[in-house]
Amino acid sequence: MNRVVITGIGVVSPVGCGLNEFWSALVDGRSGIRAIENIPTQRLNTRIAAQVLDFDPNTYFEPKRANQLDRFAQFAVVAARAAVRDAGLDLDEELALQAATVIGTGAGGHITIDDSYFKLYGENAPKLHPLTIPRMMVNAAASQISMDLGLKGPTFTTATACASGTHAIGQAFQMVRSGQAPVAIAGGTEACLTVGTLKAWEALRILSNDTCRPFSKNRSGLVLGEGAAILVLETRERAVARGAPIYAELQGFGMSADAVDLISPDPDGAARAIRSALLDARMNAEDVDYVNAHGTGTTLNDRTETKALRSVFGKHADKLAVSSNKGVLAHGLGCAGALEAAATALALHSQIAPPTANFEEKDPECDLDVVPNVARQIPIRSAISNSFAFGGLNAVLVLGRA
Amino acid sequence: MDVLYEVKQVIAKQARVPMDQLSADTRLEALGIESIDVIEIVFALEEKFGVTLPFNANESAVSEFETIGKVANAVKTVVAEKTPS
Repeated sequence: MNRVVITGIGVVSPVGCGLNEFWSALVDGRSGIRAIENIPTQRLNTRIAAQVLDFDPNTYFEPKRANQLDRFAQFAVVAARAAVRDAGLDLDEELALQAATVIGTGAGGHITIDDSYFKLYGENAPKLHPLTIPRMMVNAAASQISMDLGLKGPTFTTATACASGTHAIGQAFQMVRSGQAPVAIAGGTEACLTVGTLKAWEALRILSNDTCRPFSKNRSGLVLGEGAAILVLETRERAVARGAPIYAELQGFGMSADAVDLISPDPDGAARAIRSALLDARMNAEDVDYVNAHGTGTTLNDRTETKALRSVFGKHADKLAVSSNKGVLAHGLGCAGALEAAATALALHSQIAPPTANFEEKDPECDLDVVPNVARQIPIRSAISNSFAFGGLNAVLVLGRA
Repeated sequence: MDVLYEVKQVIAKQARVPMDQLSADTRLEALGIESIDVIEIVFALEEKFGVTLPFNANESAVSEFETIGKVANAVKTVVAEKTPS
């Protein structure tokens, strides 16, 4: 079994497309949640989201090429290029033949679907653009990355709603660990902020119109976001041999299903995923110092996650620093787990626990140390990153100091 | 429109129980109604009465809509606001 490390990170996020901007916003608790732009809001009750506003596809793609990619695939390709560049990875022919690409997304090319259906039903268009299907298909991001970088190894998409990015990184981790692939490009991407998606989320009645305040007693629900994060995973041996920078080691991966409710999370399902990840990493609960929480800012998630952490960590739970990035990034659905895995790797690298932003009031039902508003320099030996999806699908990564 | 009757009808359908078993005091929880059912009930009532109910699943579905009577009262309030006096 190979040891697996993270040697490159690329992000496209509501707080910037550079790693420094991304990390400094998380550390400073500078939120990317703002009034919605570029989407007609007349028919929406939702007025806020965390959008990627400084992204011009023409900066990254020739016009003909940009036209072939839905926004979710554009984000993914841009983040993948940045990750490979960051890792200093030389993808020669031999390596490219074996390199894996595993990309999570919840919705796929949703903007393409929304636009084309509007033309069809709203404007009675007689026919649709010939690239509608290749742009919207849920595997388009994985395919586009493989074509853009010439990666020819195992390539596929994971779709587990809000845990998609985490499941993708977990699968890629297992492939590199087992020797199936020497390197993997893995992460998540999402760009589904359309009138249709926002109306559908409004119908669930869990969106906040204030902001996202994870674990805060006055939290009022979740806020939707978008973006992408892609990691370069490779064997530790390979990374050391080529003198690559190492952000963190991937140590374990756990998955579970609640098998209870379609939308309400279950503390037992979440706890089983965390335990399974620790077991996979051959670690004790006491070895973990930091938890990057799913922390959506809904009453139910934050309470359930607290219960799950208490059940797994017992007395050690009070020694954990637990924070959610969603006050800054909001909920990027399929990209959330990947952005948060990136943040967890950076936390280990810098030995800084980023804060839970927008925190105002302690909640007795979320009584963990949630690192409110101010980042903390602490020794972080190992950390976990939690993702709990609608449909009761859970994924947890364990990361360790390089 | 008899609001309580209409509310009972919607809830009976969602909970799959005969309407005559329901009264204003019936607790939603006792009918096995879960959070996802409450969202559907609210949606059905909004369609039926052409109103928007101020309901946020986040604030706790159960306390606000504990009984059928409470649901009916919430509907009556918004219906009254809608009707010009």
